[in-house]
Amino acid sequence: MSATTAHPPTAESTERVRSMLTAAHPGRKRVDRTMTVLVWGAFALAMVPLISLLWTVTSNGIGRISMDFLTLSMRNIFGGDPTGGIYHAIMGTLIITGLATLISVPIGVLTAIYLVEYGRGALARSVTFFVDVMTGIPSIVAGLFAVALFTLILGPAARFGLIGAVALSVLMIPVVVRSCEEMLKLVPNELREAAYALGVPKWLTIVKVVLRTSVAGLTTGVLLAIARVIGETAPLLVAVGVTDSINTNPFEGRMMTLPVFAYRQYSQGLATCPGGESATCIPDIALQNAWGAALVLIVLVLLLNIIGRLVNRWFSPKLR
Amino acid sequence: MAQRIDVKDLNIYYGDFLAVQDITMTIEPKSVTALIGPSGCGKSTFLRTLNRMHEVIPNARVEGTVEMEGVDLYGSDVDPVAVRRNVGMVFQRPNPFPTMSIRDNVLAGVKLNNKRISKADADDMVESSLHGANLWNEVKDRLEKPGSGLSGGQQQRLCIARAIAVKPQVLLMDEPCSALDPISTIAIEDLIGELKSEYTIVIVTHNMQQAARVSDRTAFFNIAGTGKPGKLIEMDETSTIFSSPSEKSTEDYVSGRFG
Ligand SMILES: Nc1ncnc2c1ncn2[C@@H]1O[C@H](COP(=O)(O)OP(=O)(O)OP(=O)(O)O)[C@@H](O)[C@H]1O
Ligand SMILES: [Mg+2]
Repeated sequence: MSATTAHPPTAESTERVRSMLTAAHPGRKRVDRTMTVLVWGAFALAMVPLISLLWTVTSNGIGRISMDFLTLSMRNIFGGDPTGGIYHAIMGTLIITGLATLISVPIGVLTAIYLVEYGRGALARSVTFFVDVMTGIPSIVAGLFAVALFTLILGPAARFGLIGAVALSVLMIPVVVRSCEEMLKLVPNELREAAYALGVPKWLTIVKVVLRTSVAGLTTGVLLAIARVIGETAPLLVAVGVTDSINTNPFEGRMMTLPVFAYRQYSQGLATCPGGESATCIPDIALQNAWGAALVLIVLVLLLNIIGRLVNRWFSPKLR
Repeated sequence: MAQRIDVKDLNIYYGDFLAVQDITMTIEPKSVTALIGPSGCGKSTFLRTLNRMHEVIPNARVEGTVEMEGVDLYGSDVDPVAVRRNVGMVFQRPNPFPTMSIRDNVLAGVKLNNKRISKADADDMVESSLHGANLWNEVKDRLEKPGSGLSGGQQQRLCIARAIAVKPQVLLMDEPCSALDPISTIAIEDLIGELKSEYTIVIVTHNMQQAARVSDRTAFFNIAGTGKPGKLIEMDETSTIFSSPSEKSTEDYVSGRFG
């Protein structure tokens, strides 16, 4: 480049270019402003119920949270007695949801792998169709299905944690399949081809390249599925029943879970205290229990999400 | 050990679409064969049939034979995975593994196949492959950093290092220099010159000078029109193709009078 320009810009050409580059379309600016307002409005509207829900649950539930509440069960607690806790329900929720996750994740991830990596033709199409149908199954139907299934095997009146886990799996599997399918599709085909070209067999390519590249997304998908079922009440009510005692064996005996506990306490309503409200008898203790259980449930989901974030950060591809 | 490849009456399809028709050619061992021709004439498609990468595309298939030292790569008892282990490939677009460090990308052929390798051997492999791809000096201090943090040209050289790390018998390169600066291009061309003493190399390029510089033999592909199959017009010594080709269209193409 020479230091002198052959044609220095004239005042006229500068003006012409300036007007060409600065004059935004007036209509576009208006649409832009309207859309910005609309989007922010929609966002604010969506936040209102969320914030109000979190606030309500926290303010109503926080007062009941104590060491006793988190570590004791409701065994031999009657009426307005405030000494019970939700330990049995926390354990029940963790065990049953964990078991459901153990059942659903392998089935769901393998199905997604089949659909993305192998599935062609009629079989893949019908799997996709049935997964879509499963997404719409009402949760009580899933519960009744699980009960009916175990009744066929074990005879009537069987109620234990595994039945509930199976019911939750019916709800969870389609969510896992769907979200994992989307995540696997995001893995660029070039990476698969790069691995094939190095003489890596297909199954190793799937395990070490496809799954490894998408593991952060898969974790998110699984967590969404867990969040979807952890608050289920109806199927657990029919499949697992209720109890006031701690039961950590999902293969025998009824179990309590947080949502079922909250529902049961809430439906008990006010207790009668003959001597009026006192330290040993609080009329609305059942309502307080319900709010406390709801708060603990929300905190559990929150913790799961934080774990998911960490897994995400740890595994996702980095640039630097 | 370099291998000779004989392609006979090869038709290449994407579903019902015949992309490349009736290719018969011999690729000499210990030499560089360049494939040239206009965009869309099927150079990449043909190249991918030489290591059975074509068939990973749904519904893609071939007719005819591709023989390596007399063994048909498409024979019923031939394992495509074994073919790809011996016929390496560098793609048109760089595709390092985003979850792996630079070092692991070079070792990918070993690690993804679950093979054991001692630390010392691995270090040797990483260093010699990166030297070979003219990337060592730029990355030697950041081997544990992710491969996707490199520039496009560096990524392509990383992919070349990855391909030569497994020491294939035949190396296929699909426009390996299209994203590279002249210095790296020269480095890759020098590398090709070195590799041909041991390997059989097939390179697709749009750069006539490059074909003239690096290759011993050149094959010119052409296409009659959109939707028509690509065909091999002629194949000869590179000097002959660039000085006195027997076909008019070859002469037009190499002299830039193509229309
Ligand atoms: N995955 C595919 N499915 C269907 N058709 C394809 C596919 N890939 C390539 N084709 C078609 O095959 C023909 C040859 O394509 P190919 O990529 O081999 O051309 P090329 O010679 O490598 O071109 P370029 O120089 O632009 O890379 C083209 O008509 C192309 O549209
Ligand atoms: Mg190409």
